[in-house]
Amino acid sequence: MPELLFEILSEEIPARMQVRAGADLSKALTAGLEKAGLTVEQVQVLTGPRRLTFVADVPLRSPDVSEERKGPRVGSPERALEGFMKAAGLTDISEAEIRTDPKKGEFYVAVMESAGRDTSDILAELIPEVMNNFPWPKAMKSAASNFRWVRPLRGLLVLLDGALVDIEVGGIKSGNTTVGHRRHGPGPFVVSDFTTYQSQLENAGHVVLSHDARKEIIQSKASDLCKAQGLELVEDEGLLNEVAGLTEWPVVLLGDMDADFLNLPDEVIRLTLKSHQKTFTVRDPKTGKLAPHYIIVANQVAPDGGEAIKSGNGKVISARLSDAVFFQTEDRKKNLIDYYDQLDTVVFHKKLGTIRDKAERVAALARELAPKVGADPDAAEYAAKLAKCDLVTQTVIEATSLQGQIGRLMYEAEGGNAAIATAIEEHYKPQGPSEPVPSEPVAIAVALADKLDTLVGFWAIDEKPTGSKDPFALRRAALGVVRIILENGVRLDLGKILPDRVFYLLNSLADKHSSELTRAQSVLSSRGFDDAARDLDEQVFNETYAEAWKTDESTGQGQVLTTGRDLLAFILDRLKVYLRDQGIRHDIIDAALTDGQDDLVAIVNRVTALQDFLSTPEGENLLAGYKRAANILKAEAKKGDLPEGDANRPTDEHGAALFDALNSAKPTISKALAAEDYASAMTSLADLREPIDAFFTHTQIISDDTAVKENNLRLLGLMRDTARQIADFEAIQG
Amino acid sequence: MYFNRLHLPHPTSPLEKLPIWHKDALMTDAATKPTSFQGLILTLQTYWAAQGCVILQPFDTEVGAGTLHPATVLRSLGPKPWNCAYVQPSRRPADGRYGENPNRLQHYYQFQVIMKPNPENLQELYLGSLDAIGIDRDLHDIRFVEDDWENPTVGAWGLGWEVWCDGMEVSQYTYFQQVGGLDLDLVSGELTYGLERLAMYVFDVDNVYDLPYNDHGVTYGEVFHRNEVEQSTYNFEHSDVEKIRAKFEFAEAECKALLALENPLPLPAYEHALKASHLFNLLDARGVVSPTQRQEYIKRVRDLAKGSAEAYAASETVT
Repeated sequence: MPELLFEILSEEIPARMQVRAGADLSKALTAGLEKAGLTVEQVQVLTGPRRLTFVADVPLRSPDVSEERKGPRVGSPERALEGFMKAAGLTDISEAEIRTDPKKGEFYVAVMESAGRDTSDILAELIPEVMNNFPWPKAMKSAASNFRWVRPLRGLLVLLDGALVDIEVGGIKSGNTTVGHRRHGPGPFVVSDFTTYQSQLENAGHVVLSHDARKEIIQSKASDLCKAQGLELVEDEGLLNEVAGLTEWPVVLLGDMDADFLNLPDEVIRLTLKSHQKTFTVRDPKTGKLAPHYIIVANQVAPDGGEAIKSGNGKVISARLSDAVFFQTEDRKKNLIDYYDQLDTVVFHKKLGTIRDKAERVAALARELAPKVGADPDAAEYAAKLAKCDLVTQTVIEATSLQGQIGRLMYEAEGGNAAIATAIEEHYKPQGPSEPVPSEPVAIAVALADKLDTLVGFWAIDEKPTGSKDPFALRRAALGVVRIILENGVRLDLGKILPDRVFYLLNSLADKHSSELTRAQSVLSSRGFDDAARDLDEQVFNETYAEAWKTDESTGQGQVLTTGRDLLAFILDRLKVYLRDQGIRHDIIDAALTDGQDDLVAIVNRVTALQDFLSTPEGENLLAGYKRAANILKAEAKKGDLPEGDANRPTDEHGAALFDALNSAKPTISKALAAEDYASAMTSLADLREPIDAFFTHTQIISDDTAVKENNLRLLGLMRDTARQIADFEAIQG
Repeated sequence: MYFNRLHLPHPTSPLEKLPIWHKDALMTDAATKPTSFQGLILTLQTYWAAQGCVILQPFDTEVGAGTLHPATVLRSLGPKPWNCAYVQPSRRPADGRYGENPNRLQHYYQFQVIMKPNPENLQELYLGSLDAIGIDRDLHDIRFVEDDWENPTVGAWGLGWEVWCDGMEVSQYTYFQQVGGLDLDLVSGELTYGLERLAMYVFDVDNVYDLPYNDHGVTYGEVFHRNEVEQSTYNFEHSDVEKIRAKFEFAEAECKALLALENPLPLPAYEHALKASHLFNLLDARGVVSPTQRQEYIKRVRDLAKGSAEAYAASETVT
């Protein structure tokens, strides 16, 4: 098939956007061509710092299309004919064919022929449309044009079967030439097809077109270069992707640094080299420690073998690392805890106070949680206070992503307790669904407390996530809570803890606020503004707290309880999502999640036992029996009130057997549930299968004898209540 | 349409527009490469003058960055083309180190180029300026690394890059998209060279005070070291906080009054906005601004700058 070659040349595209842009371009063009009736094959998309290239096989013309549209019968009213002609684009009814059908008789058919179009015409419309609506994360205008692209557009190359397709986008007309690397092979190169395009660019032009090929070159050359020096590259996929997007002709160089810098923490060196200089760290394979070298990826072959480039990079790296040494030395002039008061200068959230306010709350909660996770309360409280202290160190202000790590390193250097040091680093975890959760008691207490405080805070000020908006990453925090609890088997009565924390939060905010308020009032009063001082009081109270403390009239409950309950529901929602990802059916989760449950570990045990049970023949049968009973009860309830009171022992054999089985199973199940022995509870429930089956098979439940019927209904009620202790079986599908 | 700026052949295809600068006219041969700080400035001025830029002298009110010069902030508004280049001393009182730090200064120079609308070959013109100041692009690795620019104080933002030379940022390159919170009729290309840093790189000097200021043995330190010591001492120890606060209030009031006139005067109003901005920086250097107050001051300055920009843009559209 004929080949389409399309290149968009622009000024440097941000590295992070290139690959995605290639995929977007390919998707939009392919879809547009296919929509125009063209088959698109052998699609290839190449991306680099200055160009996006799309190559595919397409026919030169789209096929002719003939479409038939059935119309009304011959002799139909005028209006029906008009409607048909309009829909089919006819000007006169004589343009339609008349066909005959044994059922319908004679009727009109419009045959609409649409001729195929030249692919070049299709492209001349499609390319501008795709480019005008391109989904760049950020786009810009240039000079006087209203066209938006990621950076100024410089050239368009559009060849179909070797022939130039004339188009114009953003003031740029298409041509049959392209340019190469700025220094090594600027061109221009005249192109006739993809083969000449690629061979000219990759040879004379010094442009490696494919992102993956550039990655491969960088990766293998860097590894070889390291190996030759007895070193090992510290691999970094993110950085590799980035430098592959910053180079057209990658050249790998090994640079040197002063060995004294290796006294800095590895994390600091790696981050400094990576984020500021886009260079890779290198380690000594024998010791596993960083070596005083790094890998630079330049964009050209220099006549001096890259010496000037190495020396220039070396200077910048040395200046950056000197800064890091300076920051670290300054930071370590004080102990970590000495930064605690400074946390008051950093606002966590306008309505939730400073980071210090937050740390205070987290410390109190960590202390409370400590016994439940087997941690020492003093250690947990102190770790929570230390956990945020590194946020105001210069090192973390310069490199935020080192938060936690720097705190841990400082505390270790002070000779601090290992459990506390771990907690300082790990309390931010887990950041994502696959990151491991903290597993040491002190770290568990602080990590849980930190996340719960965040959730409680934003719930109390009504800044919950909505739809796709979750600016404070509260879903992630809630999932973190779920995972820390489950993966460590922590038993928490969240139903009590959450409203308690809401209450505590509002109180502590009000305390802090009232002291500030008092100060503001005294200033106003001292200047003679007594009325203003009084107004200030009321106004602030009304704006900030009245809402939070208000009693909800419909439920008669305070906002504190409602907020706590709402937050619990949110956490349980995250639990459901989490369990679903683990392969647990959502209807089973709903069935097991009955009101008032707040202990996540117990919920999961129950859900798992229930899912296991339902996959046994006993389980399936019991579910069927339960549903049958529930349906009968529902049907009877429609006719009138169900009989009240407890069932008596029926006189028939099967009724009596079921009565006895239920009366023995009910307390057994409730005891097993209280002991959280879900397996036993399920076994007891399974034992009911036979008497239930027999009862349904042999007993006429809706007896003509009213007294017997009512007693049977009571018996079914007892059966339902017995099973409901375990789960709401009605919620289960199947 | 571009006005008659460059004596260039009319571009016929985008690709032919690429490598254009006049080597002969721009003294790029080895003999004329700058060897001093002032030589660097003179070379850049000559180079950009040859591209049709008006060469301005520094603005005479303290500013924190060359961008804030009205020739950039205000002239980028409205429909009139404008090309200029200038050196601008920039003052950042809090960065003072009493002349003891080899890299940090409270008073330093930026070289600023603004081309409105941005010519299609601005990248090539820029690279040509690196050749002119003696950066051998065969030996050195020049890269355009994504770096979008934003200055909330004047409600401005743009997309562009920081330009790296062997991993060191030598310039900031931006295509303005909004100024004063207003969409621009014509997009300007803006280039900022940090002159001391660039000079240290080009002349291979590790301490700013050792830079050759001219070719006759005068160093940067001889010219500016005492100024750094005294100004740092003033900024950190002797500035009169109460009087500066009062001056800030005055500048703010004056700016607002000028904008409230029946025929507003955006140019003097903007100068007062800049004065207020510098006064705030002085307060900040004294460490007397709490985080909450800081936000408030920044907002006040922003309101002044934006108000001036809006008034300027309005008058540009009318005429």
